[in-house]
Amino acid sequence: MIGILNIGVGNVQSVYNAIYENGFDPVFVNSPDEIKDLSHLILPGVGNFSAVMANLNKLNFVNPIKNFSAENKPMLGICLGMQLLASYSEEGNKTSGLNIIPATVSKIDNTQQLRVPHVGWNEVNCTQKHPIFINIKDQRDFYFVHSYHMQCNNRENVIATTHYGTELTCAVAYKNVVGVQFHPEKSQKNGMQLLENFCNWDGQC
Amino acid sequence: MLKKRIIPLMLLLDGRLVKTIQFDSWRNVGDPIQSAGVYNSQYTDELVLLNIARDKRSIEQLAALIPEIAKVSFMPLSVGGGINSLADAAYLINQGADKIIINSLAYDQPEIITKISQEFGCQAVIVSIDIKEDDNGKFLLYSHCGQELEGTTLLNHIKQCEDAGAGEFMIQSIDHDGMMEGYNIRLLEYVMNNTNIPVIGCGGSGNYQHLKDAFVKTEISALGCGSLFNFSDSNPIRAKNYLTNYGLAFKKV
Repeated sequence: MIGILNIGVGNVQSVYNAIYENGFDPVFVNSPDEIKDLSHLILPGVGNFSAVMANLNKLNFVNPIKNFSAENKPMLGICLGMQLLASYSEEGNKTSGLNIIPATVSKIDNTQQLRVPHVGWNEVNCTQKHPIFINIKDQRDFYFVHSYHMQCNNRENVIATTHYGTELTCAVAYKNVVGVQFHPEKSQKNGMQLLENFCNWDGQC
Repeated sequence: MLKKRIIPLMLLLDGRLVKTIQFDSWRNVGDPIQSAGVYNSQYTDELVLLNIARDKRSIEQLAALIPEIAKVSFMPLSVGGGINSLADAAYLINQGADKIIINSLAYDQPEIITKISQEFGCQAVIVSIDIKEDDNGKFLLYSHCGQELEGTTLLNHIKQCEDAGAGEFMIQSIDHDGMMEGYNIRLLEYVMNNTNIPVIGCGGSGNYQHLKDAFVKTEISALGCGSLFNFSDSNPIRAKNYLTNYGLAFKKV
């Protein structure tokens, strides 16, 4: 069963609708003890990094999520959900993340007349093959909307980048865990394909 | 490279979509859920849904429609008209909206922008500004569906909203609305030169040439289209195909 983490922040209904449209029947995960029964876990996300981490800590979600990822079951972080995989973020006060992928999250540098947030459709350039990109052509556009970006300590965790001022990491992977900065649930055909790929993925690379 | 966006504007009045001329003389142009489904099949970049009912300023209508639209449309959805509190915004986002559009409230209670942006991130707040030009070309700001003149200047309002945490501006020329004679280029240029956040320009689309003029002459991030898609054989696919000939880049599906 595919679970979508629901801690009351952001547009989780759209993620649900997109998974359902792909022929799956996902559930919203409202309490930590529901996680162990899942085959796949999705961390959706908009919101403020430190506020969401505080909420995850308060509701005792952190260890169940980490245990799930340690069991080699497929896990997908979307937007803020991807950033939560990092070691820490500079958003708000410097806040620790789930620390599943060694990385930091910092604000997009807007010194070179770049408009921030980065809003709109931008090309996703695959830097490594990954099962979530099956049947998606390289350099297709996905919908982005974010002010912070994730920087991985290890290049091998980066599976795609996008160009906005500089190369921004926009998809990361570590074993059975994958994260995307863009919103597949809002990216129509290619986004739907990516979500279908994730739902069919066994977590092996 | 970040792509330019073309955004159909869906104006909602008593459960139907309508199109206005200079914020008046409504014409019925269809069903909102059906239209959203059609736009989704045309790989549209994004949708804007605005409740323009002047008497019922609450989120009731939007709240009823958004879950239905979210089932047929897998693209970003911005909604506005009658949002009065953080609770309203949170409810609509939970139902399937991605961005909340604030207009009248931004003048009297700019703190609402801050609240939504702290809770959901600044990308979740679009401030919409309705503007008329006086005889000397001065930009006058109107709130409450174009009915009340506001005392502040466009520049001050932009700065105030940006400081409060707005993630995007939607600039609507009341004079150009529904006239199908082109966008107010001077207005769009002025706003682009005075803000660092993305801007959606609205009001005046009548043909693809108008889109080209606005995209080529200004740095505008996105253009909203009402009449163009409502009253002609045009659609977002054809618009992009035309504009691609002029070196403008749109998303590849």
